[in-house]
Amino acid sequence: MQKTEHVQYNRAGQRVVSPDYLLFEAPREKQFMTGSEVVKEAVKRASVDASVSYPITPQSEAAHLIGELWVEGYVGVYFRGESEFGVMSEIAGCAMAGARSITTTSGPGTLRAMENFPMWAGSRLPIQLVLMARGVNSPLSIQPDNLEMSFLLDTGCMIWHAENAQELFDMILAGFVVAEQPDVHVPLITAIDGFFISHTREAVMLPPDDIALPPYNPYKSPMVPLDMEMAPGRFLRDPYVMKSNYISYAAHTSWQFEVRAAIERSRPYAKHYLRGLIEEFGDPEADIVFVASGTAAAQAKEATLMLLHEEGIKARVVRLKTIRPFPTQELIEALRGAKYVFVPEFNVIGWLEREVRRALYGNLDVPVIGSPRVAGGMTMPPEFIVKEILQFLGKEVKHVV
Amino acid sequence: MAKLGPSGYSPYPVAMYEGILTPPPGKALLFNEIVDEEIAMREAAKAMLTRENPTIFPGPQVLYAWNEEAKEKAKLVRKIAETLGAKIIPMYDYRPKYPKIDPEKEINPNHPNLTIWHNNIKACIFVGVHCHYANVALKIIRAETDCFTIAMCGNSGHEDAMITLRDQHVEELEKFIRVAEEVKKELGK
Repeated sequence: MQKTEHVQYNRAGQRVVSPDYLLFEAPREKQFMTGSEVVKEAVKRASVDASVSYPITPQSEAAHLIGELWVEGYVGVYFRGESEFGVMSEIAGCAMAGARSITTTSGPGTLRAMENFPMWAGSRLPIQLVLMARGVNSPLSIQPDNLEMSFLLDTGCMIWHAENAQELFDMILAGFVVAEQPDVHVPLITAIDGFFISHTREAVMLPPDDIALPPYNPYKSPMVPLDMEMAPGRFLRDPYVMKSNYISYAAHTSWQFEVRAAIERSRPYAKHYLRGLIEEFGDPEADIVFVASGTAAAQAKEATLMLLHEEGIKARVVRLKTIRPFPTQELIEALRGAKYVFVPEFNVIGWLEREVRRALYGNLDVPVIGSPRVAGGMTMPPEFIVKEILQFLGKEVKHVV
Repeated sequence: MAKLGPSGYSPYPVAMYEGILTPPPGKALLFNEIVDEEIAMREAAKAMLTRENPTIFPGPQVLYAWNEEAKEKAKLVRKIAETLGAKIIPMYDYRPKYPKIDPEKEINPNHPNLTIWHNNIKACIFVGVHCHYANVALKIIRAETDCFTIAMCGNSGHEDAMITLRDQHVEELEKFIRVAEEVKKELGK
């Protein structure tokens, strides 16, 4: 007797495959693409139902390219919001209606939309926001800088930080899978350093575009869609919740802790789909360690190779893939034996240095040096990192910049 | 979940922050220990059969006929109540109740302690409650009451309950009834 196989197709006619097959097993072909183009390729394979856009540099091109996917039939609904606040409110409506939803923003757009992010989290909406970080200050900057990520740390959203276009592609796909787990089901901010990733072209390995993630099943949502019929959430009319009394405080507290607990529940899923919450690079015995995320980690890796080959100094990099949840245990284990921890960053305040210090406090006694740090659009060439290390170690700085 | 309440609100009783994760597929959680499903079912039945005013809190997923599984599960929930001699107080939706809830008749996820206090409930089962609301309620119950909480979840379970059973569908509910009948016999009830 012939065996019958049930094959499922999504609205675009793509064959639905398991997330593990799409991410780890499907054959891949090399392409040469910008980060913005890679967003399009990921969304194309993600069975996305809805996307809302608004132009702001440097994410405008990615938003535009998702619009092309709508024309081609890969995305169910696509429209332009009135502002970033409008976009983030409207995408919440899409998610409340049970749609797999994605949007993009940058810098001042993120801040304009800010009120919505805790609302997404409290409403348990697994929206994915691709954040192409850019400077936030006056005079207005459109330069690469990830200060805005610090403002998002405690919104109740998960935050992942991609190092390059390849990782951005994989994170977008894995992100839907992790964020939509019933016990997680909170928003995910997939961040990259704008321009460095969004506007530069690099080699990426992509699976075929005739396969895609299984569609989102809103019936597995931990908060029933019916409950959302009165925007921004029917639960807001509960007198106990809205009034100022002890019962309402207790309900709000539990609600807020539950959202944070949901982020913690994402750890095992993220560990599987990202192949670990951290990546270690370089000589495992080295006692000089860079702890970094995003583009700063890529630069630190190059600096590690320069230090070894040109100066004979052993160093290593611990790259954090997830910022929320913060990989505290993994970091502590990775830093055992470290003599100095450097935290290179692309922002003025050193938010990652703060996070690292908080994670290590009382757990590991090692000096944390918040350096090198650049902001306002400055780049961080590996030579610059090498120079700082040599100066710190009291060694002669020869030919570096 | 580490221990029975009332734990108070500071530090807030969040099992996840105490290092307790939901159980892996095929397993259950008994306080802070990962155990075989049957062991957890036995302990759940024992708690319901020995503590005062055992009550089942069924949620919308088993109260409304969304699909065949929901209808089947609803019948089994009723059978569980009969087997355990438990009362049923529904969390029939999550809507606002104005001017206030009637704790004799229902339980609300944002202030479940009112129903538990009013009825002096010392053991309860959450079944068919959407995960977010179950989690919100279970934390408040542990903060405010000494009620022994049991979660029978169709998804991955609730680490804030004292016993959590995951992936509970028709077959698992039938198994629970069999286990409960055995425990009842052993207890001479």
